[in-house]
Amino acid sequence: MLEVSGLRKIYRSGEREVEALRDLTFTVDNGDLVCLVGPSGCGKTTLLRCIAGLLEPSGGSVRLDGREVSGPAPGLAMVFQEYGRSLFPWMSVRDNVELPLKQKKIPKPRRATLVAEALNAVGLEGTETAYPWQLSGGMQQRVAIARAVAYEPSTLLMDEPFAAVDAQTRADLEDLVRALWQRLKVTVLFITHDIDEAIYLGQRVVMLSSSPTVVQDEITVDLPAARDQLHTRADPRFTELRTHVYEQIQAAKRGARLVVDSQAG
Amino acid sequence: MTSVARAFGMRRIAYVLGLPVVLFGIWFLASAGSENFYAPPLRQILRSFADTWTLERLDADVLPSLLRLLAGYAIAGVLGVAVGVTIGLNRRVRATVEPVLEFFRAVPPPVLVPVIMLFAGIGDGMKIIVIAFGCVWPILLNTVEGVRAVDSVQLDTAKAYGIGGPARISRVVLPAASPQIAAGLRQALSIAIILMVISEMFASSNGLGFTIVQFQRSFAIPEMWSGIILLGLLGFALSLLFRLAEGRALRWYHGLREAQRKA
Repeated sequence: MLEVSGLRKIYRSGEREVEALRDLTFTVDNGDLVCLVGPSGCGKTTLLRCIAGLLEPSGGSVRLDGREVSGPAPGLAMVFQEYGRSLFPWMSVRDNVELPLKQKKIPKPRRATLVAEALNAVGLEGTETAYPWQLSGGMQQRVAIARAVAYEPSTLLMDEPFAAVDAQTRADLEDLVRALWQRLKVTVLFITHDIDEAIYLGQRVVMLSSSPTVVQDEITVDLPAARDQLHTRADPRFTELRTHVYEQIQAAKRGARLVVDSQAG
Repeated sequence: MTSVARAFGMRRIAYVLGLPVVLFGIWFLASAGSENFYAPPLRQILRSFADTWTLERLDADVLPSLLRLLAGYAIAGVLGVAVGVTIGLNRRVRATVEPVLEFFRAVPPPVLVPVIMLFAGIGDGMKIIVIAFGCVWPILLNTVEGVRAVDSVQLDTAKAYGIGGPARISRVVLPAASPQIAAGLRQALSIAIILMVISEMFASSNGLGFTIVQFQRSFAIPEMWSGIILLGLLGFALSLLFRLAEGRALRWYHGLREAQRKA
């Protein structure tokens, strides 16, 4: 379980202070898939870096499985937006996936199994010896997902992972994430700026205000668990939810907290 | 390999060797009837080349030179990379030492030969120190630059996946900085060759630089010229070896660049 409570982050440089996160509180229960959406520049990256233990919050706390996060946690794996910069270009696909496992001191035979299974799960068997840059963008992001999966995390953190791939690849990768989530029963926190993507993927959608960031609103996505690109996106309920989220994001951009009838939520 | 690729390879070789062959041809023809004692015909120089650089001579003079060169270069490499990584990773250390480094870099290393001679004598040790001292700066400064320029996302990735301590340096920082480190090593190699010769010209009893000066002083002019040609060939061979090694070690980098150009 991931608990974010009263999270606050102020950047200081000399005299100037910039309040990026004001007061963020939300939880992601074990095995949930929660999407975070917000207007651009809403401090998503700051939030994510705080959760991943890459950045120290100025106030409040992040707790992962009951333990306070004070540095990178072994139970948490991250998929970065910039796959091209997050994969190591000097290593083969296999080495990229395997390196974190070596650091975890997992014995060699087990590592081999984990790597093979993870690459299998993302549909990349046969690319073990290739370098990441020999693959297409979508496949590179699959490698990054495989690396996260092989790490056997309890929680998977995804930072706008599909922002840089084309629309069709994106749809495939969205389905891949849902399939992996259902199969592996991991907790997923998925950050995106794409409202449709958030609703299509999530069980819940948390909307953020613009910076300094608070939680703007939160809805439960009451669409059936079996989703597919064609029917789910055509579902009238999908459209309703999208309208609601869209309105909230627009309100967030204006800096207001729109009080609508929470029927949609 | 297809015949097209082979033809392409041949063409590249022709490009590489074309100009040197032309230049040598011009030299050969222009000097053919030379009466000038100091600029003998190339034919005479080449003849003395075969006579001068016998196996015994290569063993007695060229080999010690090469060994000193390699020793100094290796010391500079290890030292430059180790210190460079330390400085590159630590902002405060960097701010303190960078101006000093720039100063040392600006001092022409040959100037230091007499100074180093005072401390280290005139043996192999002195020559190795001179070579190492001259080579270390480009390696060190390039390593600092390379380490500084490591992508922040790569560092974040390493951190998020618990890759810390020695593994962070050996698996992430060093490979990421390696193209820049290689650039420093390449610069250092040509400095090493220069210093190898110069250190032997000051005080020595063997070595390529010593031999060339020796020929000059005894007015063995064709032999002197043949030594200079040998030196040029040696430099060419070393840089060729370096490029081969670099091409292998940085295969990923050249591939990545190629892929980015296409994108």
